[in-house]
Amino acid sequence: MATFDPSLGNQQGASGARARITNDFSINVATVNGSGSQSANSVLMKSIFGMGVPVSGKNLFPSNIAGQPTWFLIRASKDGYVARKRISEILVALNPESAEDDVQALPAGGVAIYEESLKLDQARADVFCYPVPFDKITASICPEVKLRKLVKNMIYVGVVAQLLAIDLGVVESNLRRQFAKKQKVFDMNFGGAKAGWEYAQANLTKRDPFFIEKMNKNEGKIIIDGNAACGMGAVFAGVTVVAWYPITPSTTVIEATSDLLKKLRVTPEGKATFAVVQAEDELAAIGMVLGAGWAGARAMTSTSGPGMSLMAEFCGLGYYAEIPGVIIIVQRTGPSTGLPTRTQQADLLSAAFLSHGDTKHPILLPGTVKECFELTQAAFDLAERMQTPVFVLTDLDLGMNNWISEPFDYPAKPLDRGKVLTAEDLERLGGFARYRNVDGDAIGWRTLPGTRHPKASYFTRGSGHNDAAQYTENPEEYQAVMDRLALKFEKARKLLPAPVMVRNGKSKIGFLAYGSTDCALLESLDQIKQRYGKDADYLRIRAWPFAQAIHDFVASHERIYVVEQNRDAQLASLLKLDLPAAQVTKLRSILHYGGLPVDAETITEQFALQEGL
Amino acid sequence: MATSTPAPKLNYIGLPILDYRGGKSTLCAGCGHNAISERIIDALFEMGVEPERVMKMSGIGCSSKSPAYFLSRAHAFNGVHGRMPAIATGAVLANHTMTTIGVSGDGDTASIGMGQFVHLMRRNLPMIYIIEDNGVYGLTKGQFSATADLGAKLKTGVVNDLPAIDICALAIQLGATFVGRSFSGDKKQLLSMLKAAIAHKGTVMLDVISPCVTFNDHEGSTKSYKFMQENDEPINEIGFVASFDEIEVDYDSGEVYEVEMHDGSNLRLRKLLEDYDPTDKANAVRTLMEAHENDEILTGVFYINTEMPTFIDLLNVVDEPLGTLPESLTRPPQSALDALMIALR
Repeated sequence: MATFDPSLGNQQGASGARARITNDFSINVATVNGSGSQSANSVLMKSIFGMGVPVSGKNLFPSNIAGQPTWFLIRASKDGYVARKRISEILVALNPESAEDDVQALPAGGVAIYEESLKLDQARADVFCYPVPFDKITASICPEVKLRKLVKNMIYVGVVAQLLAIDLGVVESNLRRQFAKKQKVFDMNFGGAKAGWEYAQANLTKRDPFFIEKMNKNEGKIIIDGNAACGMGAVFAGVTVVAWYPITPSTTVIEATSDLLKKLRVTPEGKATFAVVQAEDELAAIGMVLGAGWAGARAMTSTSGPGMSLMAEFCGLGYYAEIPGVIIIVQRTGPSTGLPTRTQQADLLSAAFLSHGDTKHPILLPGTVKECFELTQAAFDLAERMQTPVFVLTDLDLGMNNWISEPFDYPAKPLDRGKVLTAEDLERLGGFARYRNVDGDAIGWRTLPGTRHPKASYFTRGSGHNDAAQYTENPEEYQAVMDRLALKFEKARKLLPAPVMVRNGKSKIGFLAYGSTDCALLESLDQIKQRYGKDADYLRIRAWPFAQAIHDFVASHERIYVVEQNRDAQLASLLKLDLPAAQVTKLRSILHYGGLPVDAETITEQFALQEGL
Repeated sequence: MATSTPAPKLNYIGLPILDYRGGKSTLCAGCGHNAISERIIDALFEMGVEPERVMKMSGIGCSSKSPAYFLSRAHAFNGVHGRMPAIATGAVLANHTMTTIGVSGDGDTASIGMGQFVHLMRRNLPMIYIIEDNGVYGLTKGQFSATADLGAKLKTGVVNDLPAIDICALAIQLGATFVGRSFSGDKKQLLSMLKAAIAHKGTVMLDVISPCVTFNDHEGSTKSYKFMQENDEPINEIGFVASFDEIEVDYDSGEVYEVEMHDGSNLRLRKLLEDYDPTDKANAVRTLMEAHENDEILTGVFYINTEMPTFIDLLNVVDEPLGTLPESLTRPPQSALDALMIALR
């Protein structure tokens, strides 16, 4: 970090004398929600991406349509860290309501770019201040009052680009790509960016040490959010029926799915090979998924906490009647309505055992956007193979924020449609028992409605049944089905995505985590090494029921830190249910649950505290 | 001398009625629901519907058990209480080539299931939705349902002091395109109605009054056999001529309203009420409301609309069932993913 002499304050001269901080800082863009800043934020982020510098963008937004403060964090990191940084060095203050607090949050030596009239230089003498007359510039280049809000946002992009030395050409090509077919919109937006750039060049003297310099770290990479990646996964898994009810933060999963289906899944005759239904509530959505799955469709729904609670009864039916379905849960901050636009990992336990009775569901846990794509596909195969609802659990951070990724790979294997008997099979077999374990895999064969054979039908029910799908209240018959279901779940350990050994240096200390916690933990492990000289191993969990490798990892370490984003240590609780008693005492928890994505410092601090470092 | 057994009567697709039967009923002897099951069997048999091409859907309750007692050769789904519409919707989306029959009760529909019922009706999903309506919860031993009439009395002497929901008027208002009411004991009317229902393309909602012999068939009940026989006011006499039948000439066509169904068959309604036009939505609702004021229970086909697009039409899906489309049609090619990846750079 550069040294800073506050006495020089904003009278400080050229930056040449101080150490440059290149490609390693965070920008906080503070705006009012509903002001249309989203596309400007995205252009700035993608411009840094276009400079070849690893970057991430996190939208911290309110549960509101217009008028409340919102922040967009853009982090540039030459080392490739993409977790939220606790402190942003650069502030773009466009919201008068939050400006005072926002500027106080800057570190000494930070940067404030703000609407001139806010006079933030009076609030902090120890930060570099760049007042900009945004409103005046906007008025001068945009005669249409209605459009000024949008143009103003683009002006900030130009100012920031100039101050950080981002090529204006990169900004231009980004805008050109975004508005490929809308010349007028492009002109308006680029006009704004250019005006900001020119203003900064003519009027602001660069004094701060922060720079973006070209790197080559993004070659061939893409930027996408996890929800879009899940939607893409569903489409390439051949989803045919989608039923849903709008809820933040999962809505864009379905929007992405729906957009792609309309683009890629219409026959030359103009007919759809899919159906998307906005249901009357989440109960109906999951009911439709089960009805469709029962009749042979690859069906899915997507929701968040409150919707998942509503789906509880049906999920038990899906489990007991053994019907495939894919349920994508984008976790938000609970309990109850909670913080609908903030992130958490607090729905793991509730998803695992959703519904009454001895019900349990396989859960897939993507940790990256690429895995959102891959594990959503896997969920469809697993649901049909195992004949059960399968959950994909992501969260708001992974789902709604932008992430850099390697491009997604086309699926290598054909779809696995599971064990379905045709009329020809029935003719050969002379009949079947729906829930009988004939192959030893604890999975029965099913038939689909419409199969033209007198022996094809069976009676699907959520009431007690024997292995021939007949109603029963007989204890032995009932229990036989329940035991087979337990066995099926047990066997799933080997079918589900294996955990990823991220670091294995044969340390005595191990870390377990899943989902969006990954990025902060990776950074924290480096901090732990740098600050304390300690190595630690890290296994990333990707599914429940847990694979044997997770048991082995715990067994081979002295202490295990389970890092997760909820108050009650839900992942650790699931592990405790699963591990032998002697292993359970090894588990320690590192928890973060305030609603913002976990940052590396939080993990490092809690680790150091528990290790007595 | 050997006696030859007469060959069983076959329907027009060559099947005996035996192929339409179900398991033995476990409902109470004399339950109206059993008579309804019998009529469903007759209708499917007479219409020559292939048993394997039917999906039977139900929720929870006495009524919802009844799909086990007809058409064993059809797939059945007995779901959760009040949520049959969602399951049926999903099943029809996955395979819209099937004939789908849902059996519900007054509790399953008008109380716990009202939300889903409402949205099923407005989607005009192609299916037949039958309410076996006895105004009482049988499986939990006799509590009033939301279709119980104001002033109706339970065996225990409890009087219902809340107004009944007229499920037919509601269905018409919501967008169902074939709405009728019958009585489980009226063989001829119910059979004709069911046959027409099979020919209809869209949501058919049939409210079938079905007395509960155990909890609701006594003095003071408004859904008993006796009460229905005394108070049933048909608004039309129904005749149905399937498209494969020869047109019968003996039907009194004096005051007949004829509706051509989607498959070319004909539903003939002999008007008993003056000016009754079953395609007039407002008149249908008014007729039902007026009947309430006169303490009459109307039966017949109240409303038909053969013009409305179904939910499947609106979704514009391919002709083949979505559930069994081959991978070549459901997984986009590598080139599609490559193009998406380039656009995200």
